Amino acid sequence: MSMTKWTITIQVYRQKGEALPHYDEFKLEVDPDEYVLDGVERIWAFNDRTVCFRHACHHSTCGACGMRVNGVEKLTCITPIREVTQNGGKIKIEPLRNFPVISDLVVDMGSLYSNMERVGAQSVLPVTEAEIERPLRSWPKEDSQYIRLSDCIECGLCISACPISTTSETYLGPAVLAGAQQKGVRLDPNLLRLVDCEDGPWRCHSAFECTAVCPSFVDPARRIMLLRQQIVLERLTRLFRSEPKKMTVKEANR
Amino acid sequence: MSKPIAIIIGAGFTGVATAHDLALRGFAVTIVERGDICNGTSGRTHGLLHSGGRYAVSDQESAIECIDENIILRRIVPQVIEPNGGLFIALDESDLAYRETFIEGCQTCHIPVKELTPQEALKMEPNINPKVLAALLIPDGTFDPLRLALSFAATAKSNGAKFLIYTEVTGLITDGKGSVTGVKVLNRKENKPEELHGDIVVNATGAWVGEITQLVGASVPIKPTPGVMVTFDQRLVQRAINLLNKPGDGDIVLPQRRMVVVGTTSFEVKNLDYVPVVEDQAKLMFERGSKLVPGIAKAHTRGVFMATRPLIGSGSSGRSIARTFKCFDHKETEGIDGFVTITGGKATTLRAMAEKTSDVVCQKLGINQPCTTKETPLLSYRQYYMLPN
Repeated sequence: MSMTKWTITIQVYRQKGEALPHYDEFKLEVDPDEYVLDGVERIWAFNDRTVCFRHACHHSTCGACGMRVNGVEKLTCITPIREVTQNGGKIKIEPLRNFPVISDLVVDMGSLYSNMERVGAQSVLPVTEAEIERPLRSWPKEDSQYIRLSDCIECGLCISACPISTTSETYLGPAVLAGAQQKGVRLDPNLLRLVDCEDGPWRCHSAFECTAVCPSFVDPARRIMLLRQQIVLERLTRLFRSEPKKMTVKEANR
Repeated sequence: MSKPIAIIIGAGFTGVATAHDLALRGFAVTIVERGDICNGTSGRTHGLLHSGGRYAVSDQESAIECIDENIILRRIVPQVIEPNGGLFIALDESDLAYRETFIEGCQTCHIPVKELTPQEALKMEPNINPKVLAALLIPDGTFDPLRLALSFAATAKSNGAKFLIYTEVTGLITDGKGSVTGVKVLNRKENKPEELHGDIVVNATGAWVGEITQLVGASVPIKPTPGVMVTFDQRLVQRAINLLNKPGDGDIVLPQRRMVVVGTTSFEVKNLDYVPVVEDQAKLMFERGSKLVPGIAKAHTRGVFMATRPLIGSGSSGRSIARTFKCFDHKETEGIDGFVTITGGKATTLRAMAEKTSDVVCQKLGINQPCTTKETPLLSYRQYYMLPN
């Protein structure tokens, strides 16, 4: 935070009920080190109580505040105003694409949550399976006993940024396919059936937009590629073996 | 016989947990919330599942509530909890002097505590300050704030509760004889005013309870007390790391996904709807956090945010006010029937707050239904978005 003050204009997408969507502009004095979400919350607190937006944790752990900022998907709680405009500049804020708009900046992400549930994407994982880059000194050996919340915060940014999700409502989309990869199709025949189809990883055109916008470093694009490998390997294995072999999660994810 | 109707104002931790409890006890529950689930204080907690250690010396009532609820939450909602434990570490002589008092406090509050040698502590958590002089292991944990609330909300929904989000209360409806019989709301999604009627209205708006009670000229002794928290972009620890001393500013570092969160401070404000971050306090979090976990000095700041605690009481300053909760029956305090306020407490005690509130509600309406939330496992948080409303 700093003592500097900027005057900026925030242009907010508005849509209520059946009325036609439009943009409203709000001129604000802000600290450039504040986050875009702070700007939106301030509009609600002081300028217009009817603005609807979704937010909860304000520290990138819940995934509620995804919006498009100047046309790019951002988790607004960790996007400093300084990064997306300048003093006297403008910020355009719109709801995520590829989800139905409920009101203003709020979209219905029910399809994402329900698909995440269908593929059994885990919300908590052993630390050792989280593929975290080991910071500074190494973790102790016994760290497999620790449980942590998985990286994907189900914010929907990847679905909004995905050009394939824009052309197809039924495409499972990056977060869901990444969740399936992490779960491992080789363990679960139902999961294989669910993702090995035209709405699964084969539809991806490798635009890698999902990885570019992911605020949690999940790297969905790479996971979609790995999921393809998993599926091919599993299909080949099934060709040559009648009884599916039991394996651990770690083996299945190799 | 038709179900008794409860209207709950606020979908923070207390609101969703009360919705769950009352739905299990056979109420037709409607929750009205001006934003989305957990948009106020609840969402912005650092996510410490308290073992009670932090309050074991100065506020034992809260400490006992915390350890009891900690154990229950681990059982009913493991899907949102990192049950990795916590360390209280001593870094200087004054911390060491507190060690004995702390252990005694934990024992009084039946909080399991295990002493580790500094070597053992460093083996367990290699990134804590290598100058650690003493370390105590206690059953702290961390949770995902939004998903904890969603798990309660999902289960409430599966038992028939209805969530009206983006619906702001604009007034309370009274019967002319001083009893509250419903709420006037503005549906913010469509800018439409609506009215809801019920047998009981529960005010579960946390730090904002005063804004609701004043609609009928009632009041509760609430002291909204914000604090700042800062997140850094490296998961340097697996457990909650606390300074072994009296609760103070910036003395907790805890993991969340790939981050660590440092908290917190304590001050007072007038306008609750927008609390700006105070620069000095954010700096203090960095300095104090780096003392506990030196790697923070090399990490990048990921987010800085504020949350406003709903503390009960007046007179004394924020830090020294008890963290316990209280349910107010406005019939007893102001003669207003049909209206109950619940506030105070901690995220960790959300279920207990709901139990207490639901007990008061049932007693008022002459309903004899015991609480079953201790034994009821919660659904996946995703079900909140999947179940019909």
